[in-house]
Amino acid sequence: MLSRTADHLYWLARYMERAETTARLLEVGARTALLPDPSGGYRNDWEAVLRAKGTYQQFHDKYGELNQRDIETWLFFDAENPASVLSCINAARENARVVRTALTSPVWDAINTAYQELKQFQRTERSKLMTSELTEWTLRTCFLVRGCILATQLRNDGYDFMGLGTSIERADNTARLIDVKYYVLLPSLSYVGSGLDQSQWALLLQSMTAQRAFNWTYTGEITAQKIAHLLILNRKFPRSLLSCVQWACDHLDNIADIYGTGTRAQESAHQLLTDLSRAEVDDIFEEGLHEFLGRFMARNAGLANTIHDVYLHGIPA
Amino acid sequence: MNANPAQIFNEMMNGAEVRPSYANLEQWYRSMPDEFRTLKQSEAEELFRRVGITFAVYGEGGDPERLIPFDMFPRVLTASEWRRLDKGIRQRAAALNAFLCDMYGRREMIRAGKIPEHLVTNNAAYEKAAIGFMPPKGVFSHIVGVDLVRTGPDQFYVLEDNCRTPSGVSYMLQNREIMMRMFPQLFMENRIAPVDGYAGLLRKTLASVAPKKCTGEPKIVILTPGQFNSAYYEHSFLADLMGVELVEGQDLFVEGDFVWMKTTEGPKKVDVIYRRIDDTFLDPLCFRPDSMLGVPGLMNVYRSGGVSICSAPGAGVADDKAIYTYVPEMVRFYLGEEPVLENVPTWQCAKADDCRYVLENLPELVVKEVHGSGGYGMLVGPKSDKSTIEAFAAKIREKPENYIAQPTLALSACPTFVDEGIAPRHVDLRPYCLVGEKIELVPGGLTRVALTEGSLVVNSSQGGGVKDTWVLAE
Repeated sequence: MLSRTADHLYWLARYMERAETTARLLEVGARTALLPDPSGGYRNDWEAVLRAKGTYQQFHDKYGELNQRDIETWLFFDAENPASVLSCINAARENARVVRTALTSPVWDAINTAYQELKQFQRTERSKLMTSELTEWTLRTCFLVRGCILATQLRNDGYDFMGLGTSIERADNTARLIDVKYYVLLPSLSYVGSGLDQSQWALLLQSMTAQRAFNWTYTGEITAQKIAHLLILNRKFPRSLLSCVQWACDHLDNIADIYGTGTRAQESAHQLLTDLSRAEVDDIFEEGLHEFLGRFMARNAGLANTIHDVYLHGIPA
Repeated sequence: MNANPAQIFNEMMNGAEVRPSYANLEQWYRSMPDEFRTLKQSEAEELFRRVGITFAVYGEGGDPERLIPFDMFPRVLTASEWRRLDKGIRQRAAALNAFLCDMYGRREMIRAGKIPEHLVTNNAAYEKAAIGFMPPKGVFSHIVGVDLVRTGPDQFYVLEDNCRTPSGVSYMLQNREIMMRMFPQLFMENRIAPVDGYAGLLRKTLASVAPKKCTGEPKIVILTPGQFNSAYYEHSFLADLMGVELVEGQDLFVEGDFVWMKTTEGPKKVDVIYRRIDDTFLDPLCFRPDSMLGVPGLMNVYRSGGVSICSAPGAGVADDKAIYTYVPEMVRFYLGEEPVLENVPTWQCAKADDCRYVLENLPELVVKEVHGSGGYGMLVGPKSDKSTIEAFAAKIREKPENYIAQPTLALSACPTFVDEGIAPRHVDLRPYCLVGEKIELVPGGLTRVALTEGSLVVNSSQGGGVKDTWVLAE
């Protein structure tokens, strides 16, 4: 397969996943804003949301004060925000358009339809669009695209490069979503792990559609330890960091099988998997959740770079 | 057009009578309820939109991904009409290739005094880098698109040849696909020659011109300028149908004596490049140094027989409008045959006598820029007001060698769906002739239709539409 084709497939999957995470973050922010704040008024965690997405400064430069309506626009519709749902879906569609022949028509249809529907949203008056409508639409669209890939794509190297894109992006995004917690609680780091931030942990579960999963898997009351275990170390939960890394390893193993040769990328993914599966929740909290997540994100990004160098860049070996 | 309607050849009607080849279609139309037609029309559009056949029109604002209007009323050619076209097109494709081999070789036709040397060697499309190199099987132009117009029952003219990278064949294939899907009964009632062998023949043609250094199954790729090119859909469509990679310049590189493509498994050798980019962009080391679309060093590999390029660099000189007038002479000179297809009578403004005639008769003529394409930079005399004509006359006087002129032809008309039912609209025809080890031609082509009443401009960039083109089986 052409390296460029593989690259487009990989990024198409990454952008779809990224759109989904932005929508999930938007939902966390909007829901938090409905909760009363102990010091009066309502809670406002928008800054945490923007910081987790790494776009706080850009937002501030463009809009100034934090205002829910502006933030929603920024996260959903703003083409200047590279992580907005609109930017991600447009980018996914551009990538898909270039490699149309590597996609089945249901997959292309799903992406292209999303693009057309998004244009329709843009033409609709904002007061007629509820935030929940937008976030739900995004999740549904991402599920549809992923479902079409799963149901119709040939299981060849192209399929594995799409899978790699999804798993690498999702690992990064789950880590970021958890990390929102860190920003919310700043500067009082001592709160981490204390009982005070219960409702926020619960919200985090909601944002990952994981409330039921949690209840089925863990008994007793919600604690930060249990939630961290679910989102980081539980192999049964499909968005946990460990699941994502396992998934990336599987795809890299498949590619190595197809090509008849292993690579640095495969080794580095397996190393990450081994380290992560040895981790314990207590150690993570001892190191500091934020520090642990930062370290994980850096290694995940390193893996992405290696995949790029080995497969997607196409420099003659 | 201001041509007298009585002079326009109507392909369906002979006076008040329906021609036999259209009898079934006329019946089909008359028994079709209006609502059904509207429904089918939107179904067709939906199908086109969903498969993503769009045509990019730049610089006019609006949606850059537009649909070419599709007219559901097919255009019909009888078996005997097609037999003659088939013979004429193959003949022309052979002569054009013989001419190209000659012009980059011994230039016999020039020596014989049958074509002026300066027309060839001073031509911008004449590629110095191609002189003295004979491409595999002696083929320069592997896909020849011959644009035909009709003015009477037996009168077809060649309007122009396209020897570089004629586009539109994806519409020929998709129009048929969509008609068969929507109106299967039509294909049971009429015996229509299939066109879907085109992709297989194209692949075979490209494989047949693999370079001599190629051993084993030739690796074929299509080279596209990328997704922003107006014909990108067609490039990916053809790559998909043939099962070959669609590459951009950045995917290829030259090392040693070969061209390689960058794959996830390392470099893979490429043998045949069906390029859909212009000569000047092929190789920044040989042509335009600022080209980002090409492959540095490609021409060296080509000239040393490491890779085949289709069409071959330099093929464009054969389809230049100034060379066009000499094509019938090429047929006689190289093939020793009389041309089956006629050229449109053409005045070359480079010649003083012709130029005088053209300037005196501008209101009746169509004037084209020698190197223009796509219906841009032309004057349609009968459609233009006085000041436009005068402005154009000044341009001709300034650079006469830049222009040719032709009479305004009364292009034939085909029934076409309009709001009130059907009405005759002007059409042309572009069949696609494949030249490799053998010459192949699928029965059919792309019919373009000028949807505006009276208009003669069928170019999709200027609001033309397309139709399915039927050749009735023998």
